[in-house]
Amino acid sequence: MLVSIYRYNPEKDQTPFMEDINIDIPEGKDLMVLDVLHLLKEKDSSVAYRRSCREGVCGSDGLNMNGKNGLACITPLSDVVKKDKLVIRPLPGLPVIRDLVVDMSMFYKQYEKIKPFLINDTPAPAIERLQSPEDREKLDGLYECILCACCSTACPSFWWNPDKFVGPSGLLQAYRFLADSRDTAQDERLADLDDPFSVFRCRGIMNCVSVCPKGLNPTKAIGHIRNMLMQRST
Amino acid sequence: MVASVTSLGRNGLYDWMIQRVSAVVLAAYSVFIIGYLALTPELTYEAWSGLFAGTCMRIFSLLALLCLGAHAWVGLWTISTDYMKATGVRFIFQAACGVVMFAYVAWGILVIWGL
Repeated sequence: MLVSIYRYNPEKDQTPFMEDINIDIPEGKDLMVLDVLHLLKEKDSSVAYRRSCREGVCGSDGLNMNGKNGLACITPLSDVVKKDKLVIRPLPGLPVIRDLVVDMSMFYKQYEKIKPFLINDTPAPAIERLQSPEDREKLDGLYECILCACCSTACPSFWWNPDKFVGPSGLLQAYRFLADSRDTAQDERLADLDDPFSVFRCRGIMNCVSVCPKGLNPTKAIGHIRNMLMQRST
Repeated sequence: MVASVTSLGRNGLYDWMIQRVSAVVLAAYSVFIIGYLALTPELTYEAWSGLFAGTCMRIFSLLALLCLGAHAWVGLWTISTDYMKATGVRFIFQAACGVVMFAYVAWGILVIWGL
């Protein structure tokens, strides 16, 4: 199989380039893209990429494979390879540090902005803050985000305004705390999202939904945030 | 919170609502005009000018015109802040859009009300 991989080493290369490498894929096995990267690294140890858990939990190996973002460790070749060719690029829209490794600072900055922690100004109870099973259910589909950045880097609004638009991942997390019955800072959180960029740059094209490796729906969460902003202001 | 002094309402929710409400008005106006044209077999100058002579139609047309201006401003402002990264270019584009839209709205009012 022909693997075309994005290469860039700022210490050596003037500009990024695509390198074509032929890889022998073992017969009768549907390897994951991460396995192909391991085979690549055996051939050329200078290829740089991030990986950790190799089972879709840590979110380290978010990559663009044949034009679609996803986690290399849980993406089988049968899902992405077309005409016996696999094109691997770093996540789009973020600065490349080297080869497939991108600088995620902008992504984390947006995550920080939504205050991703529980705020509760009432006195702490003796043991823990209780939540009814119904209220807990509201967090399903929100808390599972692993911050792999596949969604935000598939979003054109995030490409054009990564410093101002929170992005699908950050907004999914914003709603995760807005929907939490134990949080008392709903009004302040909404006040921080009321500007023309943070939430309203979402144009609902749903790229985020189509690439999320955990099957989450940031567009739906953004819709809920819009409704909360409407209820607060009208 | 990202402040912006050039957006229509300086507030994301306000701009978003204006865009949605104006879209509904423009859709209703378009359906009405297309329906009128389709259901009027022989369209004469008298019938066409008679349609726009009624106060209700003038108010409806003025509403559609103002909605078009607001809708276009929100849309073009969004496009300019997406694709124009140089502040000078963006500002000139936004100023030009503002002037052109004002001219069209003012001209439209003159046409509709026959002032």
